[in-house]
Amino acid sequence: MVEIRGLHFARGEHVVLDGIDLHVPRGAVIAVMGASGGGKTTLLNLVAGSLQGQRGQVLVAGKDTTSLSRAELYRLRQQMGMLFQHSALFTDLSAFENVAFPLRRHFRLPESLLQKLVLMKLEAVGLRGAAQLMPAELSGGMARRVALARAVIMDPLLILYDEPFTGLDPISVGIIASLIRRLNDALGASSIVVSHDVKETFAIADYGYILGGGKVIAEGSPDALRSSESPLAQQFLRGSPEGPVPFHYPAATTFAQDLGLQVNK
Amino acid sequence: MSQRAIDWWVGIFVLLGIAALAVLALRVGNLSGFAYGNGYVLHADFNNVGSLKDRSPVKLGGVTIGEVTHIGMNPQTFRAEVTMRIEPSIKLPIDTGASIYTQGLLGEQYVAIQPGGMPQNLKPGATITLTQGAVNIDQLIGQMVFDKASGSSSGTSTH
Amino acid sequence: MNEFFIPRLGHTVWESVPRLGAATRLLLGGLGAVGNRHFSFRQWLREVYGLGVLSLALMIVAAFFTGMVLGFQGYYALVRFGATSALGTLIALSLLRELGPVLTALLFAGRAGSALTAEIGSMKATEQLAAMEMMAVNPLAWVVAPRLWGGIFAVPILCVIFDLVGIFGGYLVSVPVLGVDGGTFWGQMQSNVTLSGDILNGLLKALCFGLIVTWIAVWQGFSAKPTAEGVGAATTRSVVMASLAVLGLDFILTALLF
Repeated sequence: MVEIRGLHFARGEHVVLDGIDLHVPRGAVIAVMGASGGGKTTLLNLVAGSLQGQRGQVLVAGKDTTSLSRAELYRLRQQMGMLFQHSALFTDLSAFENVAFPLRRHFRLPESLLQKLVLMKLEAVGLRGAAQLMPAELSGGMARRVALARAVIMDPLLILYDEPFTGLDPISVGIIASLIRRLNDALGASSIVVSHDVKETFAIADYGYILGGGKVIAEGSPDALRSSESPLAQQFLRGSPEGPVPFHYPAATTFAQDLGLQVNK
Repeated sequence: MSQRAIDWWVGIFVLLGIAALAVLALRVGNLSGFAYGNGYVLHADFNNVGSLKDRSPVKLGGVTIGEVTHIGMNPQTFRAEVTMRIEPSIKLPIDTGASIYTQGLLGEQYVAIQPGGMPQNLKPGATITLTQGAVNIDQLIGQMVFDKASGSSSGTSTH
Repeated sequence: MNEFFIPRLGHTVWESVPRLGAATRLLLGGLGAVGNRHFSFRQWLREVYGLGVLSLALMIVAAFFTGMVLGFQGYYALVRFGATSALGTLIALSLLRELGPVLTALLFAGRAGSALTAEIGSMKATEQLAAMEMMAVNPLAWVVAPRLWGGIFAVPILCVIFDLVGIFGGYLVSVPVLGVDGGTFWGQMQSNVTLSGDILNGLLKALCFGLIVTWIAVWQGFSAKPTAEGVGAATTRSVVMASLAVLGLDFILTALLF
């Protein structure tokens, strides 16, 4: 479904992704993990075509997103859904209208059919009863579920999740995690889950990639990753403060120098 | 806010705008010339119209009874021809006079009508012959200065 | 002033050229997006409501006071020349040619422009714009175009209403309070104000101001840093830039149309 080959992306001098290879087979849930600021969200934007890499290829459903025109890209995106970190619900529309938004914009459906389609998706995330609530009246977890319903309203072939678990209580995290898996299987879609929540992500993923320093430092099934040899992967999975990723941000001077403790000779 | 309420409000807003523009055009601007549209036409010849212009008022005893609709030049007499529209209820005798005056020192110029006493009235399209053109202020001042200068030179020639 | 002032100034100017380019692209893209299939007439109506109808009360109050002050100040100046008969003309011309369009635009920038920037800025900060892009809906058509056209449409209407209410305010001070003759007030005004020269001239200004204020507001929203402080700073910048742009453009337009 998605094929990334030798992808290189830099912001000015700062290299974010340095030669990434990634493969998403049809029907799979792929986890992409790594420390904050490690280029995970950038990777999603590259897959969605909002950003273009300097080198390498991003093939989505056989099409290279870097070479598509805006119209072609928009056509491709009708087959994609994305769940944003902050849910990104339209604040001036009710939950129902938020979910209905892509349908209303792309098709002219009879109101009764539209109603059925939207309520089906809302029922799937368990929020049919909250259809008429405004985003401000929804809890964080509910908003995330409405956004999920909106992401899948067009029955996409590929669903992208940007940090779907951040800022949610444990119950909501569990609900979202199981929804990601269930929706993926029900729609026969493929999913890319970008997250740093190791436990939840591994519970639903078929295959995982760990990014570090702009490269893929480890990949494999969740079990294989847990027993990975890579010290960086081990540090990340265990959450230990010291390891290949240093606790201290590099400084030009020593701590002693900064405190004026230099010994006079 | 329902869509229907918004439709209503925007409709009212647009109507308000159009109404305001209409009032501005008619009441404030001078598109309101139709006030004397049913008036009758009179002409008057002047040797000098000063800064009289189209739409300048025509007054009788200080009351506006019409307006200037056209100012032209008669190529035979070299006199300015002023065409006016006068309110139909005002019938003017044939020995009526017309002068061009200024409102205040800096005000605009207007045509002042001095009604005569003859029993016959001016017919629509007739010409007023008893006219006095605009006073040229430059000339007036020049004359005043000249008078003063000649007066003082004769009176104070003692040194 | 330090020695780096000039190079830094040069850098700032240099940096602002591509920004102007991007802003122009936004303007043209937004104006042109009326033909896009995601442009919605209903959204446009919503914006005319939000930008125009909701600014109406503010405009009416401001215009009323402006007109009354013009009445007093104009009388003060004219009475020295015995030319109070020209008060109506003075009030009408000041409002129609200058104060109406400029004050409408400045108030619009403060009330509607700032709200526009804050709204679009927070849509950006909460990823609503990115989400729209992901749903294959062009924000230029759905967000920018209705707002730009809404502003361009609403400001001239607000300006006409401002002019009229202002003149009425001036009348209330001049005639009943200061004792200027009512017939002279309106008569002088009528014979010195022209539809094409003064009224439409002012409306043309209002149209240009509506465009530039809305443009700046939308652009500032779009280029805001996607954080709470970023949106706040963009809102302030939007009002300051729009106000300066209105005054600068007013000078150019006045010189052109004089």
